[in-house]
Order: sequence, then C-alpha cells, then structure tokens
Amino acid sequence: MSKKELVVSALENGTVIDHIPADQTFKVVKLLGLEECSDQVTIGVNLGSKKLGKKGIIKVADKFFAKDELDRVAIIAPDAKVNIIRNYEVVEKIELTLPDEVTGILQCINPMCVTNKERGVETRFHILDKKRCTVKCHYCERIINQEDLILK
Amino acid sequence: MNKLVSISDCSKEDILNIVNLAEQFEKHPNPHLLDGKLVATLFFEPSTRTRLSFETAVQRLGGRVIGFSDAATSSSSKGETLHDTIKMVSNYVDLIVMRHPVEGAARYASEITNVPVINAGDGSNQHPTQTMLDLYSIKKTQGTLENLTISMVGDLKYGRTVHSLLMAMRYFNPTYHFVAPQELRLPAQYPEYMRANNIKFDELEDMNPVLPVSDILYMTRVQQERFTDLVEYEKVKNTYTLRSSMLESTKDNLRILHPLPRINEIAADVDDNPKAYYFEQARNGVFARQAVICSILGMC
Ligand SMILES: [Zn+2]
Repeated sequence: MSKKELVVSALENGTVIDHIPADQTFKVVKLLGLEECSDQVTIGVNLGSKKLGKKGIIKVADKFFAKDELDRVAIIAPDAKVNIIRNYEVVEKIELTLPDEVTGILQCINPMCVTNKERGVETRFHILDKKRCTVKCHYCERIINQEDLILK
Repeated sequence: MNKLVSISDCSKEDILNIVNLAEQFEKHPNPHLLDGKLVATLFFEPSTRTRLSFETAVQRLGGRVIGFSDAATSSSSKGETLHDTIKMVSNYVDLIVMRHPVEGAARYASEITNVPVINAGDGSNQHPTQTMLDLYSIKKTQGTLENLTISMVGDLKYGRTVHSLLMAMRYFNPTYHFVAPQELRLPAQYPEYMRANNIKFDELEDMNPVLPVSDILYMTRVQQERFTDLVEYEKVKNTYTLRSSMLESTKDNLRILHPLPRINEIAADVDDNPKAYYFEQARNGVFARQAVICSILGMC
C-alpha cells in the first residue's frame, strides 16, 4: 500500500463517498445521519484532489445506503463518487442523480416562510436547475442558489 | 383549477378562461351562482381594499361571507396555529379566501383542507387575483393579450405585482421594457428566465424612451423605505413620476395601470387624461374575483 492510500484507512466492507468538496464534508455527514450512526465512520477532509483542489472523503464500515438516501448527497456535493466495497474490493460505483424535489432535508432561507413560521410544516423544495443545483421553495417560492442552501 | 394559490400554477388556458369569465361578469354582474354558499374571508393581516373587493364579488354572486379582517380579532391572536384555524373554518364553508403575512401560508393551507383556497396575498410572495385583474384590464383596453409592448416602471425589485404579471404574460409573446433605479431593478432570476425563454425585454433607468412605444404602462410605488441610501431616493423619486405632459406623443391605445394606492409616482393631472386607467382597473377587480371564485367552485 502506498503512503497516499494510507491517509484514510482501507475498508473491508461498506460505502465510500469520495470527491466531496472539502467544505461540504461535514454537511454530508449530517445529511446521511452519520452523527448518530454506530458503525465505524472515517472522515477525511482537506485531502489533495486534482479536480477539486481539496476534497473530503467519508468511509462507513458495514453500511449500504438506499439509492434515494445517497442521491440527497448530490444536493450539496454534485460530483461526489460513491463506491461500494466488499472484501476490500470496489464491487459497485453508484452515480448520484439529483431528485426532482427534496422534502425535509433543507431549511428555507426566507425567515418569513411558512416552514419557518408555523410549527410542523415539512420543508419541500423543487430542483430547478440540476446542473447548478438551484432550488425553489414549494411554499414561499424563494429561489435559492446552491451556495446558500442550509441543511435542517 | 380547484384553488388559486400562485399565478405560476396557471396555464394559458386558465388565464384566458378567467379573463373571458370576467368579461361575462361585467356584462351580467349579479347572477345567483353562489346561492346557499358560504365563503370565509380570513384576513390575518388587514387589507381593506382587497377584502371589500372579494366580499363584493361574493355578495354579487348571491353567496354569503363570514370571516375576520385582522388577526387581532381572530383566534390566531390567542396563539392558534394557522393549521388549526384552517381546519376549524373548513367545517363551515365552501371556499376560503385568505390573506396572511407569512409567505407560503396559502399553499400550506390548501394542502391541509379539502375546501378550495384562494390566496388574497401571502406576504411579498403572491397575490394572484391582483394579477388576474391586471390581465383583465389589459385585455379589456387592448382587445387582446397577444403581442403587446408592456413597460413596467418603478420598484421592480420588491413589487410582487410586477413579478406575477410578467410571469403571467409570458404566454402571450410580450415585449417588455423595465424601467427602474439601479437599487430597485428586477431580481436576477427574471432576466435569466426571459433570456432562457426568448422573451424580448430591456432594462432602463429613464422612462422617456419607452413612452412612445408602449401599449401598457404599469406604474408602481417607489417607496422611501426600500432605499438603503436616502440621497439616492431623493435623487430618483421625481424621475419616476408620470405627468400628463409626458403623454403627448404616446400611442392612442396606451393605458396607464397602477395597483394602487399610489404615492406620488403618478401626478394628479394624469387622472383626467383618457389614458389613465387605474381607477377602472380597481373596479375590474370585482369582476376578475367573481370569475376566479366561480371557476374554482366549478360554477361556470
Ligand atoms: Zn420558503
């Protein structure tokens, strides 16, 4: 094993989420609910990347996510790559696809939005532009750019 | 249509249907289509103008009205949630007309009740019946909604009537001129949308060049509180005032619209000019609202 690969320990079985923009890494952790997860999670940030400059990587041992759970990651890390590992081998590469809408994950940035004013209203956003990841609040109709997205 | 929450939900057919119905109601204002029906007007924030227009529309159709005109007189002042107020009122009425300062409130209400909902304004988001009355006013004065040159002047940044009208007119091959001071230009999403959809438009700071070419001049309030720099406000406030003398070389069919109330963006001497249309425009609101109500209740 080369020195470079040793930066983040190898995984026997589980899921690797790679090529996360460095500053989005902990958002992805939150999005996938890994803060409360009892599996072994290895998080690497500010690793060198030719494409992103600095990237983040997350390895979760013995965990395999549903496709729609992973697709949410595309909202904040559209270029992330997901590899499924079994017995130290990549057995599957999963392409992330942005859903048409997301419920309950993002928070509306508009303080006057009903989702922020009335208790118990689940947030809902329509993805307007899958390339740039601009979204529109289903309720207040505010259009939010990718860089302004807030996770709940 | 089984509700009217946002103009962005309306198809071209929906709009034409409402505009044509409004014309019918202007010809025959008092058909008893709502006999025995009860309509709630829930005004969580006061708006006398809009409420009276809706209540007139209901009464002319033979329906009856219950409701409140201010959150202070409603149960929401005791901390009742919007959810619970809507659920309670839904037991009583055939239609809910609501105005609420919270954006998205009408959309949310429409999702928790089986009673049809008409949005009479949700904060700075939507006010779709205002747009319907603007569209009806345009149709009535121009004979068509197609291929018109529409100039919008004043506060294009915060003016929700402007945003809704420009989106609604997108179906009808318009040419737009947007005239606003730097600070109050259209939010970037609208020029982007128009570019992507090949809608002809330009943006200016001076209204004089657009006057001779316009079919519709849509004036809006330029409010002092919208400016971060008061010097800037003092500089521009008179630049965006329309005076009767400015109308001399305009087209015969030009009509001046304004969602009212105005401050000083239209000088009083314009009122007597035959091209001034803003007071009749407000009157058209009742016909447009009759059309929306009947269409949503499936009465015509
Ligand atoms: Zn919102």
